[in-house]
Amino acid sequence: MLKIESMSKTFAKGSINEKRALQNVSLSLREGEFVTVIGGNGAGKSTLFNGIAGVFLIDEGRIFIDSDDVTFDPEYKRSRLIGRVFQDPLKGTAFDMTIEENLAIALAKGEALSLRPGLRKKDSRLLQERLELLDMGLENRMKQKVGLLSGGQRQALTLLMAAIVKPKLLLLDEHTAALDPGIAKKVMSLTQKIVSEENLCTLMITHNMKASLEYGTRTIMMHEGRIIMDLQGEERKNMTIDKLVEQFEKRSGSAMDNDRMLLG
Amino acid sequence: MTLTAFQGSLELGIIYAILALGVFLSFRSLNMPDLTVDSGFTLGAAVSIITSVSGHPFLGLLLAFIAGCGAGCVTALLHTKLKIQPLLAGILTMLGLYSINLKVMGGKANIPLLNKPTVYSFIEGLIPGNYARLIFDSIILLVILFLFYLFLKTRLGFVLRATGDNDQMVRSQGVNTDFIILIGMALSNGLVSLSGALIAQEQSFVDVSMGIGMVVIGLASVIIGEAIFGVKTLFRRLLAVVLGSILYRLIIAVALELGMPPTDLKLVSAVIVAIALSTPVVKSSYPTLKRKYQSRGLSKKRVS
Repeated sequence: MLKIESMSKTFAKGSINEKRALQNVSLSLREGEFVTVIGGNGAGKSTLFNGIAGVFLIDEGRIFIDSDDVTFDPEYKRSRLIGRVFQDPLKGTAFDMTIEENLAIALAKGEALSLRPGLRKKDSRLLQERLELLDMGLENRMKQKVGLLSGGQRQALTLLMAAIVKPKLLLLDEHTAALDPGIAKKVMSLTQKIVSEENLCTLMITHNMKASLEYGTRTIMMHEGRIIMDLQGEERKNMTIDKLVEQFEKRSGSAMDNDRMLLG
Repeated sequence: MTLTAFQGSLELGIIYAILALGVFLSFRSLNMPDLTVDSGFTLGAAVSIITSVSGHPFLGLLLAFIAGCGAGCVTALLHTKLKIQPLLAGILTMLGLYSINLKVMGGKANIPLLNKPTVYSFIEGLIPGNYARLIFDSIILLVILFLFYLFLKTRLGFVLRATGDNDQMVRSQGVNTDFIILIGMALSNGLVSLSGALIAQEQSFVDVSMGIGMVVIGLASVIIGEAIFGVKTLFRRLLAVVLGSILYRLIIAVALELGMPPTDLKLVSAVIVAIALSTPVVKSSYPTLKRKYQSRGLSKKRVS
């Protein structure tokens, strides 16, 4: 589904601020695999995501989605294969448009731009059914502007929009980190429901070690632009947070100094 | 105000409403203040007069619209492909267009349209009475308003509005935002030029500097309209822009009647827009200022 071959990215090359954000990262995801990504600040998690999504072009390496080479495709073209939810709840929706208008844009993803009505009657019913899945009462507020929603509601809506046309790959960049614990849990269980129902190939960044083991089927750990651990199967089942910390310190050669990764 | 003066303001307000809808498209829908407007307006006027001189006033309107679309495309490409800030991109196009406008006008700074048919002379022949112009302008505006509203309700229109809100979201929904900005700026400036074309034929005259300050007039109409008539639904917003434009013209007419020298017009327009734009800030900081002032008063009392 997703195949990355030795991807590298350096920011501000040749300047005093040069940062080798990704170094020779290779990663392969099978269909329906749900991979959690952990690592400290500056480990390269978000750079990995942005590289896959095409926010910038990578310096070296190749990216394949579903055997299509997308290495040089612009962001908008890749987006037709990828669903994305960002950490910032404001980033995923248009605040001055209504809930149903936002969803209608997502529902037509990949469709050529045309002068057909943006929202058709038959779409409206489908969108309402989808909103009911969120169990947030949004199906009764479809004509309200998204700007009136809470962060959690917006994030749930973004999640729905990212998956309403089944993507080849779902990228979740700490999508619950900015939410209250209660609503974060709800968005997380919603995520799990959508991913398993649609059997989506998913990459999820998290700062939370517990969540990284609790959700998904595979966990990778990043440090200084490299993947330093790839946990799956039995090994992952028997993993505990304590052992994970121990492994991290052994493999990265540095102490775990990030409270946010341990707690929460 | 006399009835004739009132009717004149109404006619102008209706024609300038087309300009205001164009400004609404760039400033509100795309969230990009676009200074191309000032020269784009003149471009439309020049094209329409030149075409009318050779006897084709209706063709002049169409060509003016197309020329305006072209001007908008230039600004959009400067911004999206060459990464020049929207404001600066607009200024560059505006400056360049000034020379182009002079070229269109054959090097002359102004051209009167003497004894040649205009769309208005044609309509006045068709509809007897004093209201021919008003009826014609109203019909054009209503058609544009209707089409504009329908456009914003299409899939393309949805994506265009979303681009102004959050371009990141639009890209992650698989749409090329550069293309959307190109379409939006083209249509916006097309409307602006059409407005200039109508004004020029109405006055039977084009002057190379007639577009100065048009962007501010457009903004004033949008802001006054939104403040007074509301922004609740999309249709109401568009209607507000139109009514804002008419209201602005009436305000100006009353001010002139009260003895304001016409040379002060631009200053007054600028002040109106500055006040309107700053109202939200003043409103939101007023309670804090009030508290600060009151607490100062209290502490002074305590000292004494």
